[in-house]
Amino acid sequence: MKAICLYFQVHQPLRLRRYRFFEIGNDHYYYDDYTNESITQKIAKECYLPANAILLNLIQSLKGKFKLSFSITGLALDQFEHYAPEVIESFQMLAATGYVEFLAETYSHSLASLNNKDEFAAQVQTHSQRIEKLFGQKPKIFRNTELIYSDHIGEMIAKLGYEGILAGGARQLVESNKPNYLYSNFINPNLRVMVKNKRLSDAITSRFSDKNGLTAEKFTKLLNKGNQNGNIVNIFLDYEIFNENQTKNTSMLNFFTELPKVILSNTEFEFATFSEIVKNQEPIGAINMPQPVSWNKKEDNLSAWQGNDLQKEASRKLYILRNSVLRVDNDHINMDWKFLQSSDHFYYMSNNFFTDGDIHNCCSPYNSPYDAFINYMNILSDFKNRLTELNMHKAEAIPGYEYQKV
Amino acid sequence: MFGWEFPPHISGGLGTACYGLTKGMSKINDLDIVFVVPKAYGDEDQNNMELLGANNTKVSQIPKNIEEFRRKHIYLEVNAMLIPYNDPEKRYTFFSDDFIDNQNLFDVDEKGKIKFTGLYGDKLIEEIYKYAYVASVISQENEHDVIHAHDWLAYPAGIAAKEVSGKPLVIHVHATDFDRSGGKVNPTVFDIEKRGMDAADQIITVSNLTRQIVIEKYGQNPNKVTTVYNAVEPITKKERKDVKKDSNEKIVTFLGRITLQKGPEYFIEAAKLVLQKNNNVRFVMAGSGDMLEKMIDRVAQLGISDKFHFPGFLKGSEVFEMLHKSDVYVMPSVSEPFGISPLEAMQSDVPTIITNQSGVSEILTHAAKFDYWDVHALADAIYGIVTYDTLPKMFKKNGRVEVDNLKWENSALNVYDVYIKAIENKQFVF
Repeated sequence: MKAICLYFQVHQPLRLRRYRFFEIGNDHYYYDDYTNESITQKIAKECYLPANAILLNLIQSLKGKFKLSFSITGLALDQFEHYAPEVIESFQMLAATGYVEFLAETYSHSLASLNNKDEFAAQVQTHSQRIEKLFGQKPKIFRNTELIYSDHIGEMIAKLGYEGILAGGARQLVESNKPNYLYSNFINPNLRVMVKNKRLSDAITSRFSDKNGLTAEKFTKLLNKGNQNGNIVNIFLDYEIFNENQTKNTSMLNFFTELPKVILSNTEFEFATFSEIVKNQEPIGAINMPQPVSWNKKEDNLSAWQGNDLQKEASRKLYILRNSVLRVDNDHINMDWKFLQSSDHFYYMSNNFFTDGDIHNCCSPYNSPYDAFINYMNILSDFKNRLTELNMHKAEAIPGYEYQKV
Repeated sequence: MFGWEFPPHISGGLGTACYGLTKGMSKINDLDIVFVVPKAYGDEDQNNMELLGANNTKVSQIPKNIEEFRRKHIYLEVNAMLIPYNDPEKRYTFFSDDFIDNQNLFDVDEKGKIKFTGLYGDKLIEEIYKYAYVASVISQENEHDVIHAHDWLAYPAGIAAKEVSGKPLVIHVHATDFDRSGGKVNPTVFDIEKRGMDAADQIITVSNLTRQIVIEKYGQNPNKVTTVYNAVEPITKKERKDVKKDSNEKIVTFLGRITLQKGPEYFIEAAKLVLQKNNNVRFVMAGSGDMLEKMIDRVAQLGISDKFHFPGFLKGSEVFEMLHKSDVYVMPSVSEPFGISPLEAMQSDVPTIITNQSGVSEILTHAAKFDYWDVHALADAIYGIVTYDTLPKMFKKNGRVEVDNLKWENSALNVYDVYIKAIENKQFVF
């Protein structure tokens, strides 16, 4: 018996507004509400809602034979709540079937795992609580931002009580022909590691670059052909593949409408959730990954988020503020703190924008990484000023409280 | 090649570009260049080509040809002060007094040579046509395969040469009057430009921005217009030498003609915004031009004169000294066909801000860019560079690599390709 795990990631960046330096100290609102609202609503209508409807239909008609997993970032959930609450309802309907697993993430889709251990733990827990509240299940499996994985991150996750973690299909991680096994963490063998099958995942993502289009039958052939070794195939996808554009959208939906039935009738694969894999299978060994790696296609490293000096500087300046944020403990500050950590802000500062501009230009609201950096640092300067001020008030208000400069 | 100026006697970017290009072209084996300027001084670098001055060319057939020549070229006289591409800083003092107006023949000295000033005076149009006439003589006496004319002042010369030798004409557009005038085009100049382009077998533009203008405003066939970007001469170690800064105040520099085209007023408005937030910055507007006084007034009005300086027109080494002292270089041009100066700033390790309305922005990634009217964006970029330390470091590191890869040799090869095209597809105009 072989298992196929189908998993979708759902995230919506919370875009910052154009924040000029002369607003520092004068205006403390940082978000581009108009863009965030219109994009969220558009994608909800064109992607999340129709895709959810189809998946729900499949789950119901295949009566327990079709299962899948989702991870939804806190930033996406926040925006759905504000701008498209019907998306949350439709995910709740999927959850109610009992055949959909929701994974843990960092709340802010952040890079906290690389920058601050305590912040990382706090964010993972906040996110899991939110998932439990919305979907009635406590996540057991963790998925880090951009599938960033290292032995150390795995160890932290094991300590937080999770049973498994997802990892990208990096070449450094496993030999390319061996993603189809269950692994364990190098430091804590109780934690299971599940690795993305890059070849098959990419086949779906780029299926329209295939001239004749990838049909469910063709995909099934690929599945049968290259995967005799091992017993799990992990298909990790971005949920927005359903949203590539209007015409393709419907054909992607058609593809998924067909796929489960064809797989079930033409292969020995069965659909499973990650929790079931962790429960029913034994790992074949430990993955040794001392350095963090991601899914990033070119180098599988972290260059897209923490590669250049701009990105490193911005994260350093951000995470240095954490103690101050905790000390002040103000609702607005906490909210901004959460939103400013999103990896998207750092992604926009990436050198990749210089090299393969085409892919990135479509996603970045900025003209260049420099532009992204300037805007972010202006906001961070204002945020820091507020912290300093609030800290001083606090110091005055509490006798004997020692004010520490950030 | 016909061009109006050649180093060291230059007033701006045109001469620099001609020099760099001919130097790059000298690396191409089967290419010999004769460069004709209105006035050769004798101290020009002639390692890469032969430089002929129109003032040193003996014109022997004057009486025979001049009438016909004049019939062919409508003789233009204008009273308006013309502002060519390289409006020299001291244009008010230069003018040709050798030329005697209202006579039928050009004035020839005792050796049969026409006198030229080679400068930009109020007799400019007359000089252009004198130059064109001599060009026809030169093209008769020097064997050649292609005629290459740089900018509108040399177009009539190019046309005249083509009429004599029948060789293909390549027009090199370093700027158009649309850039110089901010839309208020001088009909005389436009006419000369249009005739040059119409007569050309191939047109080279210095950016796609200019290419678009040539196609749309001058009605040229896109197939004969090719963009060849300018480059920059590598600078010597000495020029790169660090100048010690006197204080830790940050210096933001504008360097160029203070004219409408260069957008000086946007620089001043942005300075005001930056100074409201950060008092540790000084602004310098070096150069002169017809808007200088207005700009000084505006700075005073805004009350920032103590932080804003006008050192006047800088020459030679002063330019590099100024760049070395600068922490940010800004080129706020409203319309800049190319713009070599940002490249020079980047060579000197100065973070650079340019407008999207400049040709050079098409090839630079490691410069901050803004739309010239968006003063807030400019102010934000200046503030970012002087405030967040990582930013200038990144700009310097990446910018240097980027400009070091812009070589005149590559531009020269592209020009060579255009020559081949011109020879293959020569238009028959006669």
